[in-house]
Amino acid sequence: MKKFLPWIIAAVIVFGLFSWGKGFNNTAVRLDESVKEAWGNVQTSYQRRNDLIGNLVNTVKSAANFEKSTLEGVINARAKATSISIDPSNITPEQLAQYNQVQGGLSGALKSLLVTVERYPELKANQNFLKLQDELTSTENTIQTARTRFNEAIKPYNIHVRQFPGNLIAGILGFDEKPNFNAEAGAEKPVEVDEMKF
Amino acid sequence: MRYSLIGMHLPEYNKQYFKMKMISLASILCITLFSFNISFAQFEIPEKPSDKKQTFVYDYTKPKLLSTKDSTYLTVKLKKYADTTSTQIVVAIINTTKGENIGLLAPRWAHKWGVGQAKEDNGVFILLARNDRKIWIAPGYGVEHKLTAGITGELIRNVIIPEFKLGDYYNGLDKGTDAIFKVLQGEYQAKRKSEKNDFPIGFLLVFIFIFVVILISISKNKRGGGKGGNRGGKSGGLDIWDMIILSNMGRSSGSRGGWGSSGGGWSSGGGFGGGFGGGGFSGGGAGGSW
Repeated sequence: MKKFLPWIIAAVIVFGLFSWGKGFNNTAVRLDESVKEAWGNVQTSYQRRNDLIGNLVNTVKSAANFEKSTLEGVINARAKATSISIDPSNITPEQLAQYNQVQGGLSGALKSLLVTVERYPELKANQNFLKLQDELTSTENTIQTARTRFNEAIKPYNIHVRQFPGNLIAGILGFDEKPNFNAEAGAEKPVEVDEMKF
Repeated sequence: MRYSLIGMHLPEYNKQYFKMKMISLASILCITLFSFNISFAQFEIPEKPSDKKQTFVYDYTKPKLLSTKDSTYLTVKLKKYADTTSTQIVVAIINTTKGENIGLLAPRWAHKWGVGQAKEDNGVFILLARNDRKIWIAPGYGVEHKLTAGITGELIRNVIIPEFKLGDYYNGLDKGTDAIFKVLQGEYQAKRKSEKNDFPIGFLLVFIFIFVVILISISKNKRGGGKGGNRGGKSGGLDIWDMIILSNMGRSSGSRGGWGSSGGGWSSGGGFGGGFGGGGFSGGGAGGSW
């Protein structure tokens, strides 16, 4: 019996370590999935906005001599925004910052477009345009909500991965800390109105 | 900004003036901080009501925006709709969003309460801010494809806002919810379904049932006789009323309210019995102001 005691102790320790590791891993996987899902919602809502912008540009173009510069600003910002996509399983802070920046640029361009529209009464009376405007507002809110929920989903994941002693094996298992969304780039600066004079 | 502006002129002032300036500066700072606090004070979403207190119309304004009668009528209508379709449409009326974007507040609120069924995500949340003169309709995930922001916005512009402009909040909400029913049934333009035909039939059936139950209980009571008769009859009666009250509240369990399904949707199972089922909201929706 005495012979086996160390073996039994070793087995218990190994089993304990294994079940702890398993528990840690599975919780991390579950949290990671919810982060991915939240990220999916973020991307879907941004995609939805991109689609709407296509319609918006077409509707606005039809308005007699609509300012070209504002319109082009939106089109360019949109092209930039669509060029960047992120792999949800490997979100780096740099990628997220870049993504945030281009989408923020698009938000800014869109805002100034909608401000400019105020000067075109025929657009303001256009039912299609009003509907589009509602859709855009809704999508912007969806984006905000999705971003907030993404950050909320990240939080428990990061806590789980960074807390001792989990942090000791998180790296080995491939669970790295994930970056948060910061305030949308361009959201903090006011809409440019220097084009008002003409 | 303000500080640097004042700082630029500093050398021109004498010491006393400087002191005064500092005091006024401090007060300005205080005021700005205070007002900053106010404008960003978050609206606190009320706690989700307990299952028993859940209803369809929440009027947080004082004095109430809707009269008791109007509010009851709206509640009954929305409850009936929820009982037949399981889609929960909830109206909340507040004074102000405290500077918060109503378009973000409404879905956040709805999501927190979990309006609608969890599986179907079929909740619709209508938030009315009286003093802000704003209304917002947030659809759950499951009804977004029908109640798109474009359609919702149009509905608000054409159906609700005109009534609100006249000051008739009840009519606006009544017509607005009717329009939402139509949108969800996929017949926005079509005439309303013969809702009124269903109503008396269900009503009649319920009353016939109650009548029969009472008859049975009376006859049993008579047959029981003796000393236990009275007590037995009394408790039996209570049970019946319990049943009636409970089923009218839509809380009848499957076995108890088996007759409900034949009652024209008066209290079919799965109505509001389970309360807010945990429906999700994406944050979309549309609104308007008047």
